[in-house]
Amino acid sequence: MATVAAVIASTHHPFYYRASTSAGADRPPFADEWVAKIEAFRQTLTRARPDVLVMVGSDHFHQLWLDNMPQFLVGKAPFYDGNFYNEEREFGLPRMFLQGHEELSSHLLREGIDAGFDLAFSNELRIDHSITCPLITLRPGADLPIVPIYTNIFAPPMPQPGRFVELGRTIRRLVESWPSDQRVAIIGTGHLSLELGGPRQFGPHGPDPEFDRKAVSWIASGDLDSALAEVSLDSLWAPGNATHGFMDFMLMMGAAGANVKADYTDSLDLFHTMEAYFTWYPEEVDAP
Amino acid sequence: MSKYLLNKFLYTVDRDPQLVERYRADPQGTVAWWEAEQANVILNCPTAERSTWLTFTDGERAALASHDYVTLFELGAHNFLTLTLFIALFERDYAEPLGFQREYAQRLSHWSVPYPDIST
Repeated sequence: MATVAAVIASTHHPFYYRASTSAGADRPPFADEWVAKIEAFRQTLTRARPDVLVMVGSDHFHQLWLDNMPQFLVGKAPFYDGNFYNEEREFGLPRMFLQGHEELSSHLLREGIDAGFDLAFSNELRIDHSITCPLITLRPGADLPIVPIYTNIFAPPMPQPGRFVELGRTIRRLVESWPSDQRVAIIGTGHLSLELGGPRQFGPHGPDPEFDRKAVSWIASGDLDSALAEVSLDSLWAPGNATHGFMDFMLMMGAAGANVKADYTDSLDLFHTMEAYFTWYPEEVDAP
Repeated sequence: MSKYLLNKFLYTVDRDPQLVERYRADPQGTVAWWEAEQANVILNCPTAERSTWLTFTDGERAALASHDYVTLFELGAHNFLTLTLFIALFERDYAEPLGFQREYAQRLSHWSVPYPDIST
């Protein structure tokens, strides 16, 4: 059976690419520290020696739209183009091209549907920065095949937080039951407290540092009980109007396992939002 | 109230570089054209298979035609769509990085949670 080589959860900050590649007067003062943290985080994936990446993210109204909105969707295509015109425009993100892994996509779809998730699928999916940003940070060569999984953290009505956790558990179980000798990293990105298009946006810190502190603690310790007790679809509006992206972190906590401590935890307090990086190793990995 | 249609306007303009410039230069004319020609196009269907029932309210039309993002927020337009498009429209007019985004926040500063409902 396949091996889960690593479970990785991260924020996805679309400004990282521009910050890390800028120079001179254009280079923001926080760029060097940010790059150092990302390069250390990248090593946690490299050490796991993955062959294929399951990438959990959320389309930001690029290809998925309100006339036909899936809650959970699995890409099943031989290739994926990445990034859209408005992401080039606003964030300077490059166009990307990724290889898919249709066999693993098929396995997750068939077994996921049979496990009780009526997953939507796409045979032609252009992935956005929720998936390309973690590739840029964790695997900038973009040399591994991916299986993209999209969740709806964006357009009410959304699935309950507990459903995200359960999907994460299911993805982990299904990867472990995939008849293959491949090493699979499950990577998902979301947000801590975040405000977009509201009065608390683009402040000196994230809109709710207290929520961020608690959230990092829940993720780092695998404390799903506390997260599920405190987080609801209604409560997530309070830390910031885009904080439902935290449910993708909860999905990754489900994939990592209840009460399983992260093997690697880091964070960076930036303007606008806090960055946070977590890696779990289900098996022993070689020392760096 | 037609939050869905407000969002559809923001979404279809934001993804088209020419429409972004047209809406910046002529908001009233762009909104009138869009409502007449585009509002009922189902995005994944041939144009002949269009809907027949989508129109803006007077308040929605006026908010779009005056680039009034504060009113769009208050009408429950999706916060991400409004922000993304309006950054494309106006960020260029501000010398300071994030100057437009911070003014946007300031102009909404009379709001605290709960914000207007964005459900569609």
